[in-house]
Amino acid sequence: MSIKLGDMSYQDRIEKGIENDFMREAVSSAQGRFRNGRLTQAEELGDWEDWRQLGSEIRTHTLENLDYYLQQLSEQVSKRGGNVFFAATAEEANAYIKKVIKQKNGKKVVKSKSMVTEEIGLNQQLEQMGAEVVESDLGEWILQLDEDPPSHIVTPALHKNKEQIRETFAEKRGYDQSDSPEELAAFAREQLRKDFLSADVGITGCNFAIAESGAITLVTNEGNARMVTALPDTQITVMGMERIVPTWEDMEVLVSLLTRAAVGQKLTSYVTSYTGARLEGEIDGPDDYHLVIVDNGRSKILGTEFQSALHCIRCAACINVCPVYRHVGGHAYNSIYPGPIGAVLTPLLDGYDDHKELPYASSLCAACTEACPVKIPLHEQLIRHRQIIVEQEKKSPVTEKIMMKGFAQWASTPAAYKLSTKLARTALKPWTKDETIKNGPGPLKGWTDVRDFPAPAKQSFRAWWKERKKGVNQ
Amino acid sequence: MKVSLFITCVSDMIFADVGKHTVEILERVGCEVDFPAAQTCCGQPAYNSGYLQEAKQSMKQMMRSFKDSEYVVGPSGSCVGMLKEYPAIFKGDSEWEEAAVDLANKSYEITQFLVDVLGVTDLGSTFKGKVTYHPSCHMTRILGVKDAPQTLLRHVKGIELIELPVKEDCCGFGGTFAVKNPDISREMVKEKSQHVSETNAEYLAGGDMGCLMNIGGRMRREGKNVKVVHITEILNTHEQGGGIA
Ligand code: SF4
Repeated sequence: MSIKLGDMSYQDRIEKGIENDFMREAVSSAQGRFRNGRLTQAEELGDWEDWRQLGSEIRTHTLENLDYYLQQLSEQVSKRGGNVFFAATAEEANAYIKKVIKQKNGKKVVKSKSMVTEEIGLNQQLEQMGAEVVESDLGEWILQLDEDPPSHIVTPALHKNKEQIRETFAEKRGYDQSDSPEELAAFAREQLRKDFLSADVGITGCNFAIAESGAITLVTNEGNARMVTALPDTQITVMGMERIVPTWEDMEVLVSLLTRAAVGQKLTSYVTSYTGARLEGEIDGPDDYHLVIVDNGRSKILGTEFQSALHCIRCAACINVCPVYRHVGGHAYNSIYPGPIGAVLTPLLDGYDDHKELPYASSLCAACTEACPVKIPLHEQLIRHRQIIVEQEKKSPVTEKIMMKGFAQWASTPAAYKLSTKLARTALKPWTKDETIKNGPGPLKGWTDVRDFPAPAKQSFRAWWKERKKGVNQ
Repeated sequence: MKVSLFITCVSDMIFADVGKHTVEILERVGCEVDFPAAQTCCGQPAYNSGYLQEAKQSMKQMMRSFKDSEYVVGPSGSCVGMLKEYPAIFKGDSEWEEAAVDLANKSYEITQFLVDVLGVTDLGSTFKGKVTYHPSCHMTRILGVKDAPQTLLRHVKGIELIELPVKEDCCGFGGTFAVKNPDISREMVKEKSQHVSETNAEYLAGGDMGCLMNIGGRMRREGKNVKVVHITEILNTHEQGGGIA
């Protein structure tokens, strides 16, 4: 897998999502829970807007001094006996990780909490070299068994319900118990335990890397990331190059925002920090530690008007309030980053060719912008993407281009505009019945396919105004 | 106080009554109303579709039209919200930046103007009926007007206001979104229509005709007989007449 999930067309993906009642029901109820949780937590904090502001400032400051902090992080990690590798591309990152595993003669890899490894398609690469890869987070594990891509950035298997999960377990692992979440989780735990004990390499992502200390922080609700970082002798952390904070204090602010925005919790079950390899005299930690810092298109975003998209702390608050996401589901975005942030980020990382519809798959209602704890103006960035698609990429439909040229002419020529207010009713007469249009022509068709369109007024406002004024003057 | 009306293209052509109610309300509170006839559209359809150059032509026309106005007031949170974006759009444009800032600063959505500028919360309106209110996204999130419409509605005599469930959710209009992504838009408006039905209200009120046209059009298609009204239609109903007959 890479950023892109498959080759299905945009329209087919949308239809498939809309037809999937199961998924929509699951997503809709989860959204309700997450949204209410977030609002309650934000309210409890009292000064949520101040916290957001602070979070946003920390992210801005970090990105504006990213080279400094990356340097600092890298020095700290090296000092603690770790190896740091800067990967410009997905290929470089994968090649490095494969090299490390080969050197260690690694056979089994356990993983936890890593979207960026999905982004670079690491699992396939490792499997190709003959290593066994086990995703250890429950959601990811389910998807791995089912060979299904994630559909949400915090709860990747959000699109599945417990019956479906039970079926997957039964089919792939001979599970024969009920679909109660407790029994399902117990089964997964038991299965995964063997993997933890036998793995020789552990790979995790990174919620925040702390530049001043070289520590990596993971925020989780399951204990699996701890197992991954504690058991195997070789440890690899893969992080997007923006997942960095200057200090522990900054980390605390962002973790507070993250847990509240993501699932409406004050804190998650686990906030784990780990630092490098075992040094002499220390009793635990891996023999060998590697930090892979992935660029893969991120530095292109720095210094542009999209820079703030890199503020993202992957809390999914934007996804959890998005009505478009609710109706089409995560897979419709055809990216491992779905929802509003996905629509912004995916074309930035992977170009417009495969993702040119995403910026339009939004009604620009700005619920995402309002929810984002680090103040990314998501809906404005979607408009900016559209401008680029129209003006630079020249990928907008010809008919639309003609219409918009017409619009500009019309709206900057008062006489033409005025004339159309007069003629609109007559022009639509052939399609009008009982003051309603049910089967509109041209661009109106998209509208009238799903709802009625009202007939234009018998007398436009401006015509009324003119008459009224005359009356007043008489 | 002198007020220039900004009527919006949808109101001008389709919902002319909304304009009339707006005029009457403003006059009732003692404003002197004019209507600069050279005005056209705020530019939103082109702007939100990514056609910045085309949008700017329309925006310039608006700036020219309201050059001499003291206040500009319109019956749409979304379109007034668009005017408020002009300064960001024309930033650094030596010819237009000042006009953009000027227009943005003096523009108000009608309920915002009544409550925040004139300090009027009770228009002496009377309206008998069960009403639910849809706070459109651009009114609340882009323009930041959350309380004014509801404050005014609460002061209407005889009204029974019913809270719309998940009212902050988008109705699926989104301008060209409704025609560009009709399938997604349909699912969104279906949900909104469902929520409106759950309230058992007789009237659905809102401050943006685009959204109301969307929700109303869908409910009509579904054969539901909830009456969809612009908030000014309710506010302009009083013992002497006005508003909805
Ligand atoms: S864009 Fe904002 S709301 Fe969305 S996932 Fe990122 S941080 Fe969270």
